[in-house]
Amino acid sequence: MGTKQNVLGLVFASIHDEAVYDLTKLRTMGSVPFGGRYRLIDFPLSNFVNSGLAQVGVITKRNYGSLLEHLGSGREWDLARKKGGLHLLPPYSHTSSNMYHGRLDALGNVWSFVEHSSAEYVILADCDIVTNIDLRPAIEAHIESGADITAVYAKGYYDQLTGAAATIFGIGGDGFVNDVMIDPPMTGSCNLGLDMYIMSKDFLRRIVKESMSRNRTSLRKDILLDRGASYRILAYEHTGYYSRIDSLASYFAANLDLLDTEKRTALFTKNAPIFTKTQDNAPVRFGQESHIKNSLIADGCVIEGKVENCVLFRGVRIGKGSVVRDSVITQDTVIGARCSIRNVITDKNVAIADERQLTGSAGYPLFIGKGAQI
Amino acid sequence: MYIKKEVVAMLLAGGQGSRLYALTKDMAKPAVPFGGKYRLIDFPLSNCTNSGIDTVGVLTQYQPLVLNDYIGNGQPWDLDKMNGGVHVLPPYESNSGASWYEGTANAIYQNISFIERYDPEYVVVLGGDHIYKMDYAKMVDYHKKMKADLTIAVIDVPRSEATRMGIMICDEEMRVRDFEEKPAEPKSTLASMGIYVFTWSKLRKYLIENEQANTGSKDFGKDIIPAMLANGERLFAYTFEGYWKDVGTLDSLWDANMDLLAPAMPLDLYDKDWRIYSRHNNRPPQYIGETAEIENAMITEGSVINGRVDFSVIFGGVTIEEGAVVRYSIVMPGSVIKKGAVVEYAIVGEDCVIGENAHIGASPEVYHEMNREWSIAVTGHRITVSAGQAVLPKQILSESI
Repeated sequence: MGTKQNVLGLVFASIHDEAVYDLTKLRTMGSVPFGGRYRLIDFPLSNFVNSGLAQVGVITKRNYGSLLEHLGSGREWDLARKKGGLHLLPPYSHTSSNMYHGRLDALGNVWSFVEHSSAEYVILADCDIVTNIDLRPAIEAHIESGADITAVYAKGYYDQLTGAAATIFGIGGDGFVNDVMIDPPMTGSCNLGLDMYIMSKDFLRRIVKESMSRNRTSLRKDILLDRGASYRILAYEHTGYYSRIDSLASYFAANLDLLDTEKRTALFTKNAPIFTKTQDNAPVRFGQESHIKNSLIADGCVIEGKVENCVLFRGVRIGKGSVVRDSVITQDTVIGARCSIRNVITDKNVAIADERQLTGSAGYPLFIGKGAQI
Repeated sequence: MYIKKEVVAMLLAGGQGSRLYALTKDMAKPAVPFGGKYRLIDFPLSNCTNSGIDTVGVLTQYQPLVLNDYIGNGQPWDLDKMNGGVHVLPPYESNSGASWYEGTANAIYQNISFIERYDPEYVVVLGGDHIYKMDYAKMVDYHKKMKADLTIAVIDVPRSEATRMGIMICDEEMRVRDFEEKPAEPKSTLASMGIYVFTWSKLRKYLIENEQANTGSKDFGKDIIPAMLANGERLFAYTFEGYWKDVGTLDSLWDANMDLLAPAMPLDLYDKDWRIYSRHNNRPPQYIGETAEIENAMITEGSVINGRVDFSVIFGGVTIEEGAVVRYSIVMPGSVIKKGAVVEYAIVGEDCVIGENAHIGASPEVYHEMNREWSIAVTGHRITVSAGQAVLPKQILSESI
C-alpha cells in the first residue's frame, strides 16, 4: 500500500456530457457543480490522490474553460508536482491529436503523454460516479490476478426505462467477467460497471494501437462487448456508497442523497477527504427569522428565510419570508423575499425576484439555467 | 539577489496573550480562532495582501507550533511569492550569542538583516490581536504626503475608553505633539491602533540607538516613539474610520465574535473585493439536521447541527447534538456539545467535549438578580467536561473535569 508511483490515473472529464445536457451546455461533466462546494471531477481526482497516485491526466473535449479554471495547477489536490502531478489533455494538444469520439481514440490522441509517463499501470475513471473509493486494493487485485483488465463494479438496480448507457457484467465463480451487456432490455438487480478500469500500460498500448488501426473508438463496445471473451477481465466489487449521474433527475437525487447522514458520512470521510478548489467564503450567516431543517449548506450563504431538505451551494442568498424546499440551489443564486420554491435546480448566478413561486415535481425537477433572471 | 520592495510589513506575533488565559496556554495569541473560520492573524495577513504588500515577516516566539503550521508557505493569503512572501522569523542564535526577543523594538532590531534584503523605503509594523479591515497602502500614501518619519494609525474612541489606551495628542495638521499611555485625564480621544508606518532609514537608526542605550524595555511605545518625539522627528497620526476591535481579553474576544451577529455589522466578511483569507481543512458543507433550531448564528463547514443554536458563532467541524442548546456563545473547531448540554455566554475552545446535560456559563440577568459578579465562562482547548458537570460564569477551565 502507500503511494502508487507506478500508476497513472486518467480522468475522462467530458465523456457523459450528454447525460445532463442542461448542466453541460456550458461546461464539461467534470465541472458540473455537486454537493454544495464540489464539482464532479473532484471525486475521481480525490480518489486517485487518496489512493496514492501521484500522476494524473485529465482528458477533455469541449467547453472546458470552467474545468481549466477549477483545476488550475492542481494544487488543491496536491497535484502541483515537479514529478508527475496534474496534466490537462484537451483535444489538439499534441500534433497528432484530433477530436475524439470514444475512450479508445481519446487515449490514442494522448498516447504520447501516457507512453512518456513512468507508470506501469493505468486507471481510467469518468466523472459521472460520485463515490469515495480506495483503489489500492483494486490495483493489487489486478496485479495478483494477472488479469488483462480489471473493471470496478457495484451491485445495483438497473431500470431499462430510466438508466442510460449502463454496462452490466455477468461474473463467474472465479471473479472474472463472463458476460457483458450495454443497455440491456431488462430491469432488476445486477452488476453495474462504474467505468473504472485498471490495465497495464503495455496492455492498454496494445488495444489502443490495434483499435486505431481498425478505426474502433469505444472501449466498452469494441473491447469489452465485442472482444471481452478474448481477454481476462477481473471484476472488482466496490461495496461503498455511490451514485451515478445519468440524468437531471439522478443529479437532483444524488445531491439530495447527501442529506442522508449514512450516505454523507460514507462520501466525506476524515482520512480520505474530497478535495476541491477553495473560495475563501465567510461562514454561513443565519438571520433572525431563519428556519433550517435537514439541509446541506456551503460557506458564503446568507439565509434569512426558511430552508428544508435542500443543498445550498456557496454564496447563496435567501431573503426574508422565502420558503425553499426540496431543492438544489447552486452557487451565487440569489432568492429574494417571500418566494416559494420547491423541487427546483438553479444553475449558477440565478436571480429570483421577490414573491416568485417556482415548483417542479419530485421526479422531474424544474431546471433554471445559468444566470437566469426571474 | 533580492528585488527591491517599497514596503515590507513586520507582524509582531510573539506575544503570549496572557489575558486570554486557557485559550493561549498552548498557542500564540495570533493563532486563536475567530469568527467561525479564521484565526486572529488572518486579519493583518489578509489586509497586507489586499493592500498590495507582499513581503511580510512574522515574528514568533511564544508557543509557535500552531502558528507556524498555520502560516506554512503563506499560500492561503497569496503570500507564497518568488520574491518576498511571508517569512516566519523566530529568535535565533548568532555568533554573539542567542537571545529571545526582549521587546517589540528588539524583535525588529534582531531582524534588520531580513528587512535589508529588500532595501525597503517604508516598514509597516503590525500586531496580531486586532480585528479590522484596513488598506495599509492608503496609510503609506498619507505617510509620503506628510513627509513623515513615523505615521501612527489612530481611532477616535469614547473618553471613557481613552483611559485604557495609548493616546496621541495632535495639532491641527495631525502632527503628533505628545503621547500618553493610559492617561487618567486624557487630553485627546485619538487612540493608537498599534499600526505604524516608518521610513526605514529612520527606524533603523532608532532601533540601533535603542539597542545600544539598553533601556530594558526595548519597546516601540516606551522607547522608540518617545525618542523620536523628543528629537523633533515628523510623527503624524492617520485617522482610521471603521470597525476595529482589540481581542486581547476573553471578554473582548467574546464581544468581537458577538459583533459579527449584529444586523448592521460594520465589518463585512462577505465583501468579495476585500476577502479575509484563511487556511482550509477540506471539510464538507455543514449539515443542519431535522431537529435543529437555528436563529441568528454564524456556522461553518464540517459542522453538524441537530440542537438549538441562538446568537452564536460555531466554527468548523463542530457537532451539536439533539437537545443541546448553545446561546450567546463561541464554539471553536472540532468541539462536540452532547445531548442535553447547555452552553450559554461562554467560549468553548478547540476539540472540547461538553458531556451530556453539562452546563457551561449562565446568563448575566440571573447573576445580577443574585447580586453576584458575572462574566463569561471559558473552557480551554482539548478539555472534556463530564456529563452533568457545570462550569460557572467567570470560571476559566484549563483542565478537564
